[in-house]
Amino acid sequence: MVPAQAPPDNGYNLRLYVAGQTPKSIAAIANIRKLCDEYLPGRYTIAIIDLMKDPALAQHHQIVAVPTLIRELPEPIRRIIGDLSNTQRVLLGLDIDEPRKAV
Amino acid sequence: MHTTTIPLAKPTAGILKAKTGIVGLDELTGGGLPAGRPTLICGAAGCGKTLMAVTFLYNGAARFGEPGVFMTFEERPDDLVKNVVSLNYDLDRLIKDNKLAIDHVHIERTEIEETGEYDLEGLFIRLGYAIDRIGAKRVVLDTIEALFGGLSNEAILRAELRRLFEWLKDKGVTAVITGERGEGQLTRHGLEEYVSDCVILLDHRVQEHITTRRLRVVKYRGSAHGTNEYPFLIDETGISVMPVTSAGLDHGVSDERISSGIRNLDEMLEGKGLFRGSSVLISGMAGSGKSSIAAQFADSVCRDGGRCIYFALEESPAQITRNMRSIGLDLQKWVDLGRLRFQAHRPTLFGLETHLATIHRDVQEFEPAAVVIDPLSSLLHAGDKHDAQAMILRLVDFLKARDVTTLFTNLTHGNVEHAMTDMQVSSLMDTWLLLYNRESNGEHNRELYLIKSRGMAHSNQVREFVMTRNGIELRDVYVGPEGVVTGSARLAQEARERERSLQERQDAERRTQEFARRRRRLEAQIEELQAQLADEQTEAQIVAAETAARDAQAADERVRMGESRKVAARAPKR
Repeated sequence: MVPAQAPPDNGYNLRLYVAGQTPKSIAAIANIRKLCDEYLPGRYTIAIIDLMKDPALAQHHQIVAVPTLIRELPEPIRRIIGDLSNTQRVLLGLDIDEPRKAV
Repeated sequence: MHTTTIPLAKPTAGILKAKTGIVGLDELTGGGLPAGRPTLICGAAGCGKTLMAVTFLYNGAARFGEPGVFMTFEERPDDLVKNVVSLNYDLDRLIKDNKLAIDHVHIERTEIEETGEYDLEGLFIRLGYAIDRIGAKRVVLDTIEALFGGLSNEAILRAELRRLFEWLKDKGVTAVITGERGEGQLTRHGLEEYVSDCVILLDHRVQEHITTRRLRVVKYRGSAHGTNEYPFLIDETGISVMPVTSAGLDHGVSDERISSGIRNLDEMLEGKGLFRGSSVLISGMAGSGKSSIAAQFADSVCRDGGRCIYFALEESPAQITRNMRSIGLDLQKWVDLGRLRFQAHRPTLFGLETHLATIHRDVQEFEPAAVVIDPLSSLLHAGDKHDAQAMILRLVDFLKARDVTTLFTNLTHGNVEHAMTDMQVSSLMDTWLLLYNRESNGEHNRELYLIKSRGMAHSNQVREFVMTRNGIELRDVYVGPEGVVTGSARLAQEARERERSLQERQDAERRTQEFARRRRRLEAQIEELQAQLADEQTEAQIVAAETAARDAQAADERVRMGESRKVAARAPKR
């Protein structure tokens, strides 16, 4: 398991579960990095977990679909599944206000 | 539990089967579920899908050396473990021994946002990991359709399910997938479309306030299987299915005889009693003594060292035991010795099938030599007429196949002729006794008719049936001008008979004496005549002697006269 890093104040603690280097995984990783850099610069930590390498975590973290993005903090926990290609929905899912878009 | 296999479907070459260990189901499917392939078990809520799936896994892990993975989408693992503790399924133990793994897949739609393409690889990884970890050969997915509630993209879901079942086949595991019954199709989301190897449908019907569970193998690719609906039972010993249908008429028959428990009745049956493994029906009106015959039969079986199950559907075992003591039968003794087992059920408590499934299971477990079902009429009334007959047929076949002699009692109404046509099941029976209460002279007496007994030259005579303190006895009846004579009329008749024979004996004696007397008289006469004859002879001799003496005297006188007349002394020539 990837140790949870202490997030900055008001920060986001995210985990992204993927299964191997599939196009969906690669797309999801790229999408979430881009989105975070854009909307949460310096306010997030993200752990990428490859279930192919660590299959026991799938049961442990109740993963069914991949990719699954979990927002651990701030609470409550949120889950978003899919390749995260629809930015609007991801923002909605992570409860990030759009207008706060960074410079 | 020891079970003998009655294959309904012969094991098919080419298809490997994984035993479920569920009594009856393996017989029905010719050896179990298709090994290495998925099977769909579907049915409405509460029909026993989950229990059947758990049983399949438990038996695999605990009895057949095939570890299993249980993936539950609904019940929490703790609940699952707790729910089957009552069946003595120690899942915790199996989990500790790495023979069983439980994974609870929890999916809550409200917590999930979907964006873009995804797949269910997470599920595959979980399942694959669990399978590899314990070397599982069996997998249960209960109920995977819950995914439809958790995920909204049905196109993805369907594609992934198709992939999942293919993947399970590649893995070589025997999988059971449960599905909820849907409108117009077997499962709510059409899982049967993906699982095409074997589909089992469970049903839970309520008819006239009685619930009945039924099972049907809808399809089984590449294998013969029983196609009917079979009742099944869920109780403290688990699931048992009753697949006794067309087990058919190929059961072996026995020439061995078994006593009916009533000496005079055995005499009517060629003096040897019933055939072992035959079915006997005793019908009669209320109070005609059906239960007493049944009890005496049970007593006799136990006395001969056999075991017997008495299914009491009307009276409590305590009551039967007490009542039978009055005719000198101590049934409690056999219960204590473990030879006699009472099974008491209120007929209205379960449906017919459930009753029969219970009987089925008990017989498999106790392996009795004989079974008493008292009364059958209760069962007949527990279900619809057609069902009842079909079920009784199954039961009779099942018991025959096991060489169990079965005695059914049946309550009838009305007179003899009525009772004959009343019965729908008599044709299934090998021996049929009818008890009839005949009313005459202000009393009613019991008569026993042996209506049929297949395969033996049985007596066709009516007997009077008497309950004594020493059990049941049959007496010959008298046929008088007004018909059969029983009861006190028979006693009177017997008295008359005795009187008549006494008279005859006396007559004979008198005649013998008279003859002796006449003979003596005749002998006396003969003696007298002989005495007379002797007298006559003596007289005759005297006469002859006198005559001779007279002749001699005359000659003498002539000589002396000649001498005196000086005639020449020449004696006359004689």
